[in-house]
Amino acid sequence: MIYFDNSATTKPYPEALDTFLKVAQNYYANPSSIHRLGSQSEELLKRSRQQAANLLQVSDKEIIFTSGGSEGNNLAIKGIANYFKDRGKHIITTEIEHASSYLACKQLEKEGYEVTYLPVDSEGKISFEQLKQSLRKDTILVTLIHVNNEVGSIQPISEVADLLKDKPTTLLHVDHVQGVGKVPLDLSQGKIDLCTISGHKFHGPKGTGLLYIRHGVNLSPLFAGGSQEQGRRAGTENLPGITAMVKALRMTLEFKKTHFSELKRHKEKLIQGLSTIEGITIHTPKNGSAPHIINISIKGLKAEVLVHALEEKEVYVSTKSACSSKDQQASRILLAMGVSDSDAKQAIRLSLSYQTTAEEVDQFLKILKTQVADLRQVMRS
Amino acid sequence: MEPIYLDHAATTPIHPKVLEEMIRAYETTPGNPSSIHRFGRDARKLIERSRDLVAKDLGTESKQIVFTSGGTEADNMAIIGTAFSRKDKGKHIITTKIEHHAVLKTCEYLETLGFEVDYLNVNEHGVISMEDLKNALRDDTILVSIMYGNNEVGSIQPIRDIANLLESHQAVFHTDAVQAYGSIDIDVQDTPIDLLSMTAHKINGPKGIGFLYIRKGVQLDVYQHGGEQERKRRAGTQNVPGIVGLAKAVLLSKEDLAPRTEKYMHFRQCLLDIFDESGIEYKVNGDPKYFLPHILNVYFPGANVETLLTKLDLAGVAVSSGSACTAGSIEPSHVLSAMFGKNADESRHSIRISFGRDLSLEQVKEAGQMIVKSVRDLVKN
Repeated sequence: MIYFDNSATTKPYPEALDTFLKVAQNYYANPSSIHRLGSQSEELLKRSRQQAANLLQVSDKEIIFTSGGSEGNNLAIKGIANYFKDRGKHIITTEIEHASSYLACKQLEKEGYEVTYLPVDSEGKISFEQLKQSLRKDTILVTLIHVNNEVGSIQPISEVADLLKDKPTTLLHVDHVQGVGKVPLDLSQGKIDLCTISGHKFHGPKGTGLLYIRHGVNLSPLFAGGSQEQGRRAGTENLPGITAMVKALRMTLEFKKTHFSELKRHKEKLIQGLSTIEGITIHTPKNGSAPHIINISIKGLKAEVLVHALEEKEVYVSTKSACSSKDQQASRILLAMGVSDSDAKQAIRLSLSYQTTAEEVDQFLKILKTQVADLRQVMRS
Repeated sequence: MEPIYLDHAATTPIHPKVLEEMIRAYETTPGNPSSIHRFGRDARKLIERSRDLVAKDLGTESKQIVFTSGGTEADNMAIIGTAFSRKDKGKHIITTKIEHHAVLKTCEYLETLGFEVDYLNVNEHGVISMEDLKNALRDDTILVSIMYGNNEVGSIQPIRDIANLLESHQAVFHTDAVQAYGSIDIDVQDTPIDLLSMTAHKINGPKGIGFLYIRKGVQLDVYQHGGEQERKRRAGTQNVPGIVGLAKAVLLSKEDLAPRTEKYMHFRQCLLDIFDESGIEYKVNGDPKYFLPHILNVYFPGANVETLLTKLDLAGVAVSSGSACTAGSIEPSHVLSAMFGKNADESRHSIRISFGRDLSLEQVKEAGQMIVKSVRDLVKN
């Protein structure tokens, strides 16, 4: 079995599961309860927050635990838009955001906000110049996906952060869901105002995530209710989920130190092997892309057909973003990169993790080549 | 000594069988339910099976169940989603003064957006009057949100009467059943409720998962934008193990509802007997006839609640003063204030005792003695 769909979701680390189990068994009390059991839960919550903050090199007061990436993106974008609506109603984003950011922006347009969707080039990157020119006096938010979830392109976040440093009325939110543990993002300098991550993309539990909110940045909450998470996110905290996510984050960052070059080698080897397939287009840019995502089209082979052909051999890849994989439309991301509609409909995504092995890479290439040849044979006859 | 946990209305320990099924789901079904390959299909099957179980328990169809990250999100989604989708039909909302903060604060938020909210009074038993509701109803009322059973005093509202009354009115009827679910029998087939929220961690299920029941034909504005999960009503990768755990918890609570009710009624009577025999002065807050069997709220005249809670905590008895979400700040309970008046003695001298599945009669008796002793100490001084 080869699971190359780690951008859709990952299998939790056994160690993270172990944490989940222990905390669920031993720390069941509500952290808001004032009795001893409640205090123990609160203490553990505090420790987890501090740990997450240390790992991300920020302060514990800047971490809000959420139910995942979609909530984080919605909270950041709508929360800032709503809070600063009197200051301005202009938002800048890109054509290649994840659906949770993209549709949150579309919703804000309906509510009277003006959104600039920056186009991307054939490498899936925005133009820094164009972003600069799009900035207006009433721009309250720039929200960018750091690592694109379908093609792995990386946006120039640190340049944008430097640019916005002198514009205190324009906040910067980064959707770091795909990038965390794979592509560095420096939060420690305080130039990024908000940053979303999701637990299940780095071998943590589903239903967990966090939003970094730089100290001093205000936003309107998405949920009203109890005063948990500094009044920014009401609801009883999912303590087993939180502790397991933080554990997975720590492990992933450790794997980054020990396995990063190996992961990069896997990707290079895959690209090398893929390049020899007749009629292949590799949509992932050669330079400046994430080490774990490769997006390809193979001429004449429909994405679904290829995905299922690979599945027969216990190889798992995906068509596009899992969140919108049910609609049959061509990928919005690839179309934005200028890929033709027919090519975009043939696109499949391979996504790796630090668990990926060299054997899996070799085997994958072998199986893919056989399946492609078989499919072509069938089509010819 | 292991503390005697009498704070199950705040949260409950996870049931070992729930945890077992969750861990199995984590280990054997790690896929993203939106993925089109086997991992996705397996995960999808799991959540759909869970959805079927939950729907059956509630007397509805599976597609009327939307999984959320918990009760707070479900309440927010129901109230804000209804308000926004029906604002053309009116801007008037009716709720009560004794709702959970997830409802109250959400209504207050809607007031800032130009909605008009009536907060119904309750009588000294914590129950609204149907007359008051009828009088408050207007042609432009779009939503009535009244909790099923109160989380502090356990009083049950005349939900069936309310639902029947609203059948011939345009207003959507939402009920926050977070505290009532699993404690009494709830069936939306007999009772025309439009929206109902629940959370799993109150019924020995996992934290971070709940659902909103949406009656067929009821439209809500989308609250969290993004992927097409949950029939486009709630974006975000589903928390598969959480959903599995929720369904298991629902099943378990259905299975032993009758013996559990009997057990709690017995616990309740035992405590009251102990209080009676001791001769301490006390009064039960709540409705004498229609109450949630797991909640017992007691007023001890002259006993300062903060000191009482501390004393009990030191003695190893975990109870609470009000809702856990607000317990951090010991302000007088808004529920007791609504029942007895703003500066009433009851709101400063009452504790909430709430029972759970694992409690033994011995523990309850021991806690009863401890409460008597602590109250005596306090009243004497």
